[in-house]
Amino acid sequence: MLDGIKAFLDILSKPQISFTLIIFIFPFVIPPTMWFEKWHRKLGLHLLWTRKGGLYMFAFITIILLLGFFDENFGKILGKPDNVPIIILIYSVFFFLWLSMSSAYKNDERMARGEKVEEDYGPDEKVLVWPDLVYIEMIALILMTVFLLVWSIGLPAPLEEAANPSLSPNPAKAPWYFLGLQEMLVYFDPWLAGVIFPTLIIVGLMALPYVDDNPKASGYYSFANRRASIFIFLFGFLTLWVFLIVVGTFFRGPNWNFFGPFEEWSVAKVVPLTNVNLSEYVWVKMLRIGLPSHPLVREVVGIVIVVLYFGLPPVILARGKLRGLVERLGATRYALVIFLALSMMALPIKMYLRWTINLKYIIAIPESFFNI
Amino acid sequence: MADKKKTGLLASIGDSQIWKSIFRTGVPVTRRQRMMGVLNSVFLHLHPVRLPKHAVKLKYTWCMGGLSFFLFLVLTISGILLMFYYRPTVEYAYTDIMDLSEQVPLGIMREIHRWGAHAMVIAVWLHMFRVFMTGSYKPPREFNWAVGVIMLFLTLLLSFTGYLLPWDQLAIWAITVGANMARATPFLGHEGPGASLLAIGDINLVSMTSDIRFALLGGRFVGEGALLRFYVLHCVGLPFIIAILMAVHFWRVRKDGGISTPV
Repeated sequence: MLDGIKAFLDILSKPQISFTLIIFIFPFVIPPTMWFEKWHRKLGLHLLWTRKGGLYMFAFITIILLLGFFDENFGKILGKPDNVPIIILIYSVFFFLWLSMSSAYKNDERMARGEKVEEDYGPDEKVLVWPDLVYIEMIALILMTVFLLVWSIGLPAPLEEAANPSLSPNPAKAPWYFLGLQEMLVYFDPWLAGVIFPTLIIVGLMALPYVDDNPKASGYYSFANRRASIFIFLFGFLTLWVFLIVVGTFFRGPNWNFFGPFEEWSVAKVVPLTNVNLSEYVWVKMLRIGLPSHPLVREVVGIVIVVLYFGLPPVILARGKLRGLVERLGATRYALVIFLALSMMALPIKMYLRWTINLKYIIAIPESFFNI
Repeated sequence: MADKKKTGLLASIGDSQIWKSIFRTGVPVTRRQRMMGVLNSVFLHLHPVRLPKHAVKLKYTWCMGGLSFFLFLVLTISGILLMFYYRPTVEYAYTDIMDLSEQVPLGIMREIHRWGAHAMVIAVWLHMFRVFMTGSYKPPREFNWAVGVIMLFLTLLLSFTGYLLPWDQLAIWAITVGANMARATPFLGHEGPGASLLAIGDINLVSMTSDIRFALLGGRFVGEGALLRFYVLHCVGLPFIIAILMAVHFWRVRKDGGISTPV
């Protein structure tokens, strides 16, 4: 029975399956449009943000982690001192997601009834910083200090063997907060996964207040007023960042192969590399004339696809569904938003191309390290 | 004097010349004293004197910004203590860490520093999460949000540079994985797209010994040069920048209207 559950979870956690499930479930949990909102209510998913729903989710996470701790294979990874932050991350992100969403739903209900939001005490309700704030700050500092002391006394900082440049560990992992980027390396070359995407994340975050022109819902928790922006942010933060960190930490073993949580990290596991470039699909398999020698000719299909991917949707959407957005933001900011959104979606798209047709590169010009 | 009844110890301390010379306002009992106490203290005057009521609710603030700052201070103090014992050379770095854990009595500074660094990364993310969920990045706070994003990036860089210093297997291979990204930087890395365009005749301007990865590591691989560079960045360079940005960040919180309030 227990083994059956573990085998099931092993299969479930495969990126192909878990990521697909998340992508499909996510818009129902965090509904970006009214259509999803309707189903969100019908399926009862709004109950996740009640006290009971929170407890069930908490219990679910805890049961899986407990199952892991007492498992021979998963326990080894979960028990690593350096993975403690990941467990803290999982619990704290879950808790604060629940807290903010439940506050938001309560405020939405209040506003629907025509009442003031919870945070709105009116302009005259003021408190003195001394003592009302400094005491809270002091208690927070003390609790944090106690927490750090207990953690530090209880768990010695690990120290591995002395650095040895000639002996590389397998797998060699980046620090945990960069594992989302390292996970992207499976699907993209380093110039994208390690340089361009991190830059776009930073640029995108900094651009956020300049492109989100919705003036509503500042200074209080709310969902109904800004569902689309919360959906996009949480999709990026929870699935493309936190989830990939969890995958990179717990499910990536020797040779960066995927291992289910309860699987043993065996160096012997061999995953056949059968990835094929788009140019080979086109010239060799479809046209059967062999690869042209000039790289630009060889990669012409891929280049056209990439140019169309970034060029076509903005134009089509600007005339159709997003016409209002263009009018509000102006051409430059609209172009930036669409470019960032398409770049974000490029990751799942490339993942699926890899999983379905074993696509290695859409454009492959290794002569000048230009692979997409 | 007849009416000089029982004055407690605390009250007499509060009345003493020493106390009054330090805290001009005396023991904060009256409303006026409490307000002046905040105004007159260089530390407390980061805060306004009065706040809207929701601004002190943990449910609203999560206290994560404050905890990020507190963890930065904890890391600064524990880091300074660690610097007494640690020499950033390939010869000594690892053995100094060994000594630190085995010879120094009651030594948990390395633990405090390491776990505190992890905690700070999480606290900074959660702070940002809260600011997003309350829509507090919206005008007039858009610039301060951008400053915060840069500090988030610097926090990760601080943690990343510190990762190398114990000079164990985990350290050099994690940094090797990370630094290998840099050689794929477009135009600036020797395996990056466009780097081969930067050439004069046959001479490549961007080569293995002149690209951005070389600049970061001070060598072709993670060795003596990288250790010193990361040490200097970790202990002086990055904290210097982030401290300046923190000053800007806190200042702008006040200047942009204090903590966000419902509009």
